[in-house]
Parts: sequence; structure tokens; C-alpha cells
Amino acid sequence: MTKLAPVLSAHWDEKDSFTIEAYTRHSGYKASAKALAMDPDAVIQLVKDSGLRGRGGAGFPTGMKWGFIPQGDEKDHYLVVNADESEPGTCKDTPLLMANPHVLIEGCIIACHAIRAKQAFIYIRGEVTHVVRRVNQAIEDAYKAGHLGKGIDIVLHVGAGAYICGEETALLDSLEGFRGQPRLRPPFPAIAGLYARPTVVNNVESIASVPAIVANGAEWYQGMGTEKSKGTTLYSLSGHVNNPGQFEAPLGITLREILDLAGGVRTGHKLKFWTPGGSSTPLFTDEHLDVPLDYEGVSAAGSMLGTKALQIFDETTCVVRAVLRWTEFYKHESCGKCTPCREGTWWLVQILRDLENGVGTEADLAKLLDLCDNIMGRSFCALGDGATSPITSSIQYFRGEYLAHLTNGGCPFDPVKSTLFSGANA
Amino acid sequence: MSYTPDQLQVMDSMIKRYPRSRSAIMPLLHYVQSIAGYVTNEGIELIAKLLTLETAEVNAVATFYTQYKRKPVGEYHVGVCTNTLCAVMGGDAIFAALKDHLGVENDGVTADGKVSLEHIECNAACDYAPVVMANWEFYDNQDVSSAKELVDSMRKGTPKPPTRGPNSLVTWKEASAVLAGINDGKAGEGLQAGAPSLLGLNLSKEGK
Repeated sequence: MTKLAPVLSAHWDEKDSFTIEAYTRHSGYKASAKALAMDPDAVIQLVKDSGLRGRGGAGFPTGMKWGFIPQGDEKDHYLVVNADESEPGTCKDTPLLMANPHVLIEGCIIACHAIRAKQAFIYIRGEVTHVVRRVNQAIEDAYKAGHLGKGIDIVLHVGAGAYICGEETALLDSLEGFRGQPRLRPPFPAIAGLYARPTVVNNVESIASVPAIVANGAEWYQGMGTEKSKGTTLYSLSGHVNNPGQFEAPLGITLREILDLAGGVRTGHKLKFWTPGGSSTPLFTDEHLDVPLDYEGVSAAGSMLGTKALQIFDETTCVVRAVLRWTEFYKHESCGKCTPCREGTWWLVQILRDLENGVGTEADLAKLLDLCDNIMGRSFCALGDGATSPITSSIQYFRGEYLAHLTNGGCPFDPVKSTLFSGANA
Repeated sequence: MSYTPDQLQVMDSMIKRYPRSRSAIMPLLHYVQSIAGYVTNEGIELIAKLLTLETAEVNAVATFYTQYKRKPVGEYHVGVCTNTLCAVMGGDAIFAALKDHLGVENDGVTADGKVSLEHIECNAACDYAPVVMANWEFYDNQDVSSAKELVDSMRKGTPKPPTRGPNSLVTWKEASAVLAGINDGKAGEGLQAGAPSLLGLNLSKEGK
């Protein structure tokens, strides 16, 4: 049985956990003091040695990303933190910033020192007023305490409701004051990022993991997790479970173990399908309960670890309805820059609506898969790729359920049974 | 409407946050929204002037992001998450019930100007589903009756406080000012974390 390992979430249960006083009480800002006394390259090496990988979805080694920043180039360098958490199912950075914004600020100080940046930007989604307050206050307090303003500055930049801005180059365009649309790569942000300057873009959880690594050492971090997926991370369990919530555990824990901790699937029901890392990661079913939830394990089983957003759906849920809703989301959030995604997601929605209403034909399933084939790998960015994941995986596992909509002349499920209040006051 | 010298000074300080002025376009849009309640043509023109841009360039940005409203919304703007997980767990039923209860459609505003309604995408609180937002503050674990009570309290002018947020719900304009980066002194209010956020931590303390 894997034991939980709260590091990021270790002090969230203290009433004042978000204040600088609470953070300092738990040795806050000692790691940045230590790092600032180190050679920047040694800090990069330490993060490389720890094995920390990006927690925003792609799992790219964080230290290696930092190492790509050219040195001695006489240019301004920037750190940009991606706090635009909006992948459906993903809900880890928001509670982290609500409960402990200072750990992100300390991580920014360390990362800026390592990549020789004087300026960091935190790009936070705009639909979380109270989290914006907390981070803004934390930045003010870090300035007052002298942690910021002495060579390293942080600006909080608040988004305005566009999922695409979670894509790092779209985020950079947005931060520069344009519509948030992705850029062609190369050049990668490490060479030409914000204002065409060398830029590191990291997820909140990645940067927030750095202070503990500096404080406790690479070996300590290496001691948690699996062979290639090191450390501890936040797994967010939601949906048809008795006790949803955040579980910080070493990489490699399984859904079976997390469900045990959460009191299992909703009483009287059974697991039907789930996402391992948000809606852009192919669906899993009850066959995948023992897949190690690390980068390699999930990938070997045909999906992606993504943001570790474990959305659980029980047998009352219509998979066609679920997939249609996600597809409507991708269609709505497609930025319109590239044709496969802009047009493709629109057609996916039309066909899925027909299927859900029982007015499609079996040939529509082949058409859906063909469209997905033309979007996947042909879109400008990962939004288009992600849009195909729920469709292709649901047809793989639940083809019969799609067909049942056709023979039934509509959806055979009662949506009330899926609600938490099951008709009580619906 | 014209802007006061104080407001112009605030906008100037926003521009100075950035190495390049154009980056200030998003906080400036949030800020003009906090003054008029939505992004007015005057606001667009002022931002264009301040940043030496064409109004079309500012418009292009303002219309890309769904949080910038081009017409007035309610004093309390209610968003019901109808992305898959919340929808399945009750968000669809809540949204349908609120449309009926308020007599408005998606993006509609009640005649008294108090409440507007929108279906929203995933708001990063899935462990608190079904989620309703008001002025982008969290109302966790909602059902049909609690959501109706919430909007009723708004129409009476005594909105219920958010479940994870400040002690009282601020208005749409006030929330927009926070999103523009203005500190309203309420960061210390409210919970540091709700029960689901602490579930794993508490189990760990029990030796799990």
C-alpha cells in the first residue's frame, strides 16, 4: 500500500496557512536564501538531479528546461508561471494557491536565480477572485519582507477566461497583450519566449515543488516515486466517489489505492470510466485500476498522466453525453487559428449531437474516428489533439453504448440518476 | 463617461508594471469593466489611447476573452459549471432550474439588474462539484434548492457569502477591480482550504 506523502499540502490544515507568518513558521524562505547563495548552475543541477518533471501535463524534466536557457547572452530572461488551471477535472493549483501562495513565490525566486531572470510573471486564470486576492497579497507581503524587490520581481497577470491560454505559447501571446493563440515552434520559449527573450514557462505545482527540493536535497526527492517519475504530487479525485479531494502521494500510486482512501466509488454504484489526467487524456475503465499513476505507467496503458485529474464516473453516466459535453468545450475553446481544430471540433459536435439524440447512423462512428485522425497531429497545438482523446477512447471501450443510442432512438440513460441529489429536489 | 484623474493614475501604474506597455491591456480591460460594469466603447478608446494602439486592436483582445463583457451583466453574475463532471453530478439540473427560476436564458440578466446567469466551463473545483460561481467566487457543493436560495438572496440585496472566499460577496464591479490587480484587503478572509482539499492530508496524519 502506497503511503500518502504531503509535502506541498503539509500545512494546509492551519487556519492561517496562506499568510507569510505561517509560511515563515515552517521554514519558509530559507530554501530561497540557501539557493541565492549557490551558483545558479548548481541550482539547475540540483533540480535536474531531483528528477522533478513538469506537473502541468507534459512531464518534461524541469531542470533540463531551465538548462536550455542560454547563458551569457546579455538578454533579459523571464520566468513565467502557468497558473491558468483550466483543463477539465484539474483542481490542484487552485487549492494550492488558496492555501499556500508563498511556496510559489519562493519557488519563483529560486527559479529566477537559476535561470538568471530578474522578472517573473504569474499568469493566473481570471475566474478565481479569491485566489487572485491571496496571491496578490502574498506578493505584497514578500516585497515588504524583502524577499522580492532585491533583484527579483514578480508581477501577477490575471487572465480573462480562455482555456487556450494554458498552452504555453498562447499564454505568452496573451501576456504580451494579444489574443491568446499558440505560436509556431521552433523557436521554443527557451530561445524566444516572452518579448522574444529566453523564457521558462513552468506549471504552478512544478515551481512550488522546488523549495522543498532545495531544502531537503535531490536524494530526498529521488527517494519518492518510481524509477523515472520521481517525487510526490497532487492527485485530484472528483466525481462519483464517496469522498472526493486532494491526495498528495508519491508518483506511481494506483487509482485502486486512492479509491480505497476515498471510501470508494459512490455507495451502491460501480466504476464505469475515468480520466487519469483531465479530459484531454484518453479515458480509462475499471480494467485500469492498477495502472501505476506515473508518467510511464499511464502512457504504457494508452493514456497520459496529464494533470492527475482523476474524474470518476459510475455506471449511471452516459458516456456519449459525457464525451459530447467535453467536445462542446473544445469547440468553444478552440482559438480558431488552425483549420483542423476550428472546423474539426465543430463537426465533431454536430455528429455527436446526432448520435446522442439517436438520429445518427453507425457510419457516423467511422466518420468521427476519421475526423479525429485528421485533427490529431495536424493541429497547431495540443488543444486539437486533446479534443480527440475522449472520442477515440470512448469508442474503443464503449462502442456498444453509442450504438444503443441508435437502436433506442435516443439516450437510454436517466440523467437524474447521475446527479448527487438523485431526484431529491431536481 | 469620463475617467477621473485618480482612475487614470491607477491605469498608468498598471502600464508601468510591464516591460512593454501592451502587456497591460488585460488588467486595463478588467479595470474599465470595474468602473462601468462592462467593457464600454469609451473604455476601449481610452485603452487604445493609453497604449498607442488602434481601437480595433483593443477590441480584438476584448472579444477574445469571455470574461470581458460587452454589455451590462447583473450586480451578481452567476456561473453554473456545466462542463462534463459538474453537469453530470447536477450542474445541468441547477442551470435549468435557475433559468426557469430567474426567467432568463444563458447570458441573460434579470429585469432588476441584480442577477445575470451564464453556463461556465470547468472552474478548477471539481472535488467540490457541482460548483456555482458568483462574481468568480466559489459556491461549492450546490444543488437545485441551494442555488435558488443563493440567487434569491442576491435579488434581496443580501447575497449569501461564498463557501471558499471572503466573508461577504463583493459586487461584479468590485470583483473586476480585484482581477485588475487592486487589493481590496479581503485576502485574509475566509477558509484557507475546504474539507476536500484537506482529505489526503488528514488521512496521512492517521498513518495512511
